[in-house]
Amino acid sequence: MDSKDMNFLKMIQEPQAEASGCSETSTCGSSGGPADMDPEVWNKVKNHPCYSEEAHHFYARMHVAVAPACNIQCNYCNRKYDCSNESRPGVVSERLTPELAAKKVLAVASEIHQMTVVGIAGAGDSLANPDKTFKTFELISKAAPDIKLCLSTNGLALPDMVDRIADYNVDHVTVTINMVDPEVGEQIYPWIYFNKKRWRGRDAAKILSERQLLGLEMLTARKILVKVNSVMIPGINDEHLKDVNREVKKRGAFLHNIMPLISEPEHGTFYGLNGQRGPTAEELKHLQDSCEGEMNMMRHCRQCRADAVGLLGEDRSAEFTNEKIEAIEIADVQYDLAAREEYRDKVENIRETERKIKEMIVSGLGQNKDLEQAPPILIAVATQGGGEINQHFGHAREFQVYEVDANEAKFIGHRRVDLYCEGGFGEEDSLTRITEALSDCVAVMVAKIGGCPKKTLEEAHILGIDKFAFQSIKPSLLTYFKEYVEGVKSGAITPKEVTSQTKIRSGAYTAPAGSPITILS
Amino acid sequence: MAYTIVLENCTGCSICELACPNSAIMSNDDGLYQIDPDLCTECVGHFDEAQCNAVCPIELTCIPDPAIVEDREMLMARKIKLHGS
Repeated sequence: MDSKDMNFLKMIQEPQAEASGCSETSTCGSSGGPADMDPEVWNKVKNHPCYSEEAHHFYARMHVAVAPACNIQCNYCNRKYDCSNESRPGVVSERLTPELAAKKVLAVASEIHQMTVVGIAGAGDSLANPDKTFKTFELISKAAPDIKLCLSTNGLALPDMVDRIADYNVDHVTVTINMVDPEVGEQIYPWIYFNKKRWRGRDAAKILSERQLLGLEMLTARKILVKVNSVMIPGINDEHLKDVNREVKKRGAFLHNIMPLISEPEHGTFYGLNGQRGPTAEELKHLQDSCEGEMNMMRHCRQCRADAVGLLGEDRSAEFTNEKIEAIEIADVQYDLAAREEYRDKVENIRETERKIKEMIVSGLGQNKDLEQAPPILIAVATQGGGEINQHFGHAREFQVYEVDANEAKFIGHRRVDLYCEGGFGEEDSLTRITEALSDCVAVMVAKIGGCPKKTLEEAHILGIDKFAFQSIKPSLLTYFKEYVEGVKSGAITPKEVTSQTKIRSGAYTAPAGSPITILS
Repeated sequence: MAYTIVLENCTGCSICELACPNSAIMSNDDGLYQIDPDLCTECVGHFDEAQCNAVCPIELTCIPDPAIVEDREMLMARKIKLHGS
């Protein structure tokens, strides 16, 4: 345990020194996963940043864009669009051959020990390019056997590919399912290409839906974990996604990830050009909340580009261009399995410590009635990984938002913001953007914050808090909740009214070429 | 008519290459795709519609080449020449 963890543990233990042991809802032991999860499943997901919210603080993923072709058209996708400044699915700056992709994976894995997962998500559909996709998996699994393989698909070709997916030990598959009703589907998919024919309208949506659900059933029958992605399109499938949630749960999907529609007019998509809006943060959260009772919801998705590299909140792909990868001699790449295992052990310790600290706080806090009855609040956090509040307010490219009450600090989403502090001093415009992006939060926790932005935030009823700098996120939030409730009770803090107009800016930040980002010290 | 690809529209996604029954489509030096008219049968004898056009994500990109007009008989004869039956 680090000394700062020890100090923190001591600090929170003092008022409740006798608090220890396990609560009923959490688990003890280093392999501790959620109490209601099959240990075999937990082993598959615990180090996967896309499948485990906790893992996404520590582990990185990489997408290799070997699959440019697609067999369907979606109204939220424009295949011509490729902008190096944006970060969203389907968009990819460089195309890779399977051989180059495997080399890139080795080069990145040697540089970034946190990288545990390689996925193929496009730029088209992984299974519309089966030879390229499976050749890539074959090369990677030979060279880097500890890396988990996953793929993402629209599901049209899925039933024909389940055997090959199982053969290559791909144990995570994401299927994008936006509807289970062709009447809804025909508003989302103008056409599909199936059985040597282009299908349109309701027929197209019916075939697609049947193939998606059949593929899902076939995968779960093989015990392959399936995450279902759904794009929330207000007025088209927003209410319907509750039915989708029910149907995919019934067929054994492990996780449901409802994502906001990205539809800027400049992307040139059908929706973008026709003024179809995306959901607000509140609408998205409300839908996710109403599906929560049914199954696990993923809320930490950053809607990565098809060639994203790094922790979920960032994208280091600009550091690993084809040109740079081609120049690397494969014999020079040191694939250090021992160092990678050492990193995983270190993370295991941190996660275990955080779990213990959290249990102590909750069992200590839970004895106060006022606290138990207080409604949850939203708090934003600036972090650059490691599960700590360890980023300067002005350096944050996104904030993580948690819903906090007496018993739980639950991650509910991230808010991407433009870099507030680019040249070392703040800009008023970007500060306004941040206060808008965090308008539903009562506080923002950071490693450090300047006096000016702190004052502006306070005017927007968001407290800038830096006293938990470099502490673990969840324990700090739970500790602060107590202070907040006491502050409201004594009149020192006025509870804020939330407008429900919080905007969503999607995607992971893309670092400009040549500007390396330190993930963890 | 053989089909042709309008290069200004082509995104180089390669799906037409995968769909073509005659291996008539290949990428050029820019990573975009072109159709060899000597190998194009417009999918006559294979499928009801030209596969490159059926699968292309961009409208008006895989189109009949107005410069190379061929009737169904000629296309069928080419199909038999290429595939034996």
